[in-house]
Amino acid sequence: MNFVWTVAWRLLREGRFQTALILAGVSIGVGVIVYITAIVSGLQANIIDRTLSTQAHVVLRPADIVNQAPLTVPGSVKLADIAKRTQRENTIANWGSIVARVRGTPNVSAVAAMASGPGVAQQGGVRKSIVLMGVDLDDYRQVVRLDNKLKAGRLLLPTGTALIGKELAADLGLQPGGRLRLQTATGGSQSMTVGAVLDFGLKDLNKRWVLLPLREAQNLLGFQRDVTEIYIKSERLFEAESLAANLALSTGLTADSWQSSNGQLVTALKSQSASSLMIRVFVTFAVALGIASVLVVTVVQRQREIGILRAMGTPASRILAVFLLQGGLVGLFGSLFGSLLGAAMAEGISRMAKTEDGSPLFPVVLDSELFITTALIATLVGVLAALLPALRAARLDPVVAIRG
Amino acid sequence: MTLEGVKKSYGGGKSPLVEVLHGIDLQLVEGEFAALLGPSGSGKSTLLNIMGLLETPTAGELRIADTATASLDDAARTALRNRYLGFVFQFHHLLPAFSALENVMMPLFAGQGRVTSQDRQRAAMLLQRVGLAEHAAKQPVQLSGGQQQRVAIVRALMNRPRLVLADEPTGNLDTQTANEVFALLHELNREDGTTFLIVTHDQRLADGCPRQIRLLDGRLQPDGLVSPAPSASGR
Repeated sequence: MNFVWTVAWRLLREGRFQTALILAGVSIGVGVIVYITAIVSGLQANIIDRTLSTQAHVVLRPADIVNQAPLTVPGSVKLADIAKRTQRENTIANWGSIVARVRGTPNVSAVAAMASGPGVAQQGGVRKSIVLMGVDLDDYRQVVRLDNKLKAGRLLLPTGTALIGKELAADLGLQPGGRLRLQTATGGSQSMTVGAVLDFGLKDLNKRWVLLPLREAQNLLGFQRDVTEIYIKSERLFEAESLAANLALSTGLTADSWQSSNGQLVTALKSQSASSLMIRVFVTFAVALGIASVLVVTVVQRQREIGILRAMGTPASRILAVFLLQGGLVGLFGSLFGSLLGAAMAEGISRMAKTEDGSPLFPVVLDSELFITTALIATLVGVLAALLPALRAARLDPVVAIRG
Repeated sequence: MTLEGVKKSYGGGKSPLVEVLHGIDLQLVEGEFAALLGPSGSGKSTLLNIMGLLETPTAGELRIADTATASLDDAARTALRNRYLGFVFQFHHLLPAFSALENVMMPLFAGQGRVTSQDRQRAAMLLQRVGLAEHAAKQPVQLSGGQQQRVAIVRALMNRPRLVLADEPTGNLDTQTANEVFALLHELNREDGTTFLIVTHDQRLADGCPRQIRLLDGRLQPDGLVSPAPSASGR
């Protein structure tokens, strides 16, 4: 039986109403924090997931061709202003070796080469502007998930087939097995069979994207054996920027990470994270103040008992420890109840908010890490909040305290 | 315990300086059973607090078991208090969150930070001695006034103190219970040789003490010089 633990526990048990009050306060605070964190991380994970479902984490493109500016001597007068030149159809020629090198780079989980360019889809007199995307389907599926986008048909891409978006299929009145003609500005023209209809998740993509075998896209676009992009999937989503920087250096190509291609989204996510952090910090402060104020009242109410304990020879440090421990216990138990509360609220809201097809609007993220961190922080905050009341208790003059 | 020229003043600064004790010389002999008498305002409580190491004298020296205490810090005085002194208060001041047995163990628990099963046995033995063995597990509120005060008395004995300071130990008890409690103190003094100093208003109880120390206006009266005057207590 340890004095500090026993006395702290008994005082908490004895002061039922106050203990209940303080626990309720901590639980609500922790509940809000858990709820906000779960909702925000669920939302963000979902938004990123949706955004990246049609994008690669890093895309390599040919480096821009720039005019060399003439050497200028300091102090000389510049007589020519050089405008940026137009970019010809700029392609990556020796991509086989680049793909091999990228595959060997750490942190890269999948690589797919793509030859893309503008084109026109024609069927029954209707012409639609499209984007031709020539890929090796097996490679491409490693980088971008397709199986969840399949609406009709089969996910196979033998020679002579094309996979089209559902809007284009509707516009051209096509179903798997139907035929359409693809044409390009360079004069290429080929008739293809529709292998599958896909839903890319965005109307614009569904109108334009046409996947076809790499070799046929190269022929149609007149690239010979070149490609225009190399899609890369990273093992660590949030390290895509440094991976892109590395690859740009090692390949000499332009490398864009998903963050740089989705600048607005990243900004929005960051400000959302910042505001949820603000809420968490302020709620933590409110919880700490709540713990401190209830404990201050407890110390005042218990001052005679504290005086008796001091008179019979309890060291001041031990009184201090008793009240710090009370704060810690309140924080710990409050965080346990609060975690349950927050988890229940988050689950509830994710059950209520549903998309038309009945699946949750966003999944809530409730991982053990969140609960462990919350419990640790709450315990620490409890101890810190108890510091002032505990010092006050430890400094009580037994004579004054007993007299009351 | 020896007091040499102990003075105590309060106030100073803006409020007027009031000297409550004007130089107390006093020696308590091991095994003594003494009563401290004096009217309200005579400085009894202050003297008791100083002897209990709860207050420090403004001047003079207080020795407990040959240790000079005037210059000790709070931690050292707390440790001395825990080791040598036992306290019995007017109102039992038992801790409501603990059972009778736990209250008895409290001085040891508080001083050492933990208790062993031997300590528990000693506490049970002490309770048995004052006829409360079957009440050991009860909370203070479940006990009568006399029982509470008996628990408080054996609590003061838990650490085998050299000196027990009792402040009006029978102050809020009826006459018969007061007599019983007083008899118990006597008995403990005789059987264990523990030194007792009992502050009381009650001349009748004080008459039962071998030594009577009288305090008047912050000065000790020579033993036996002040004639018994029951009305002086203000009762």
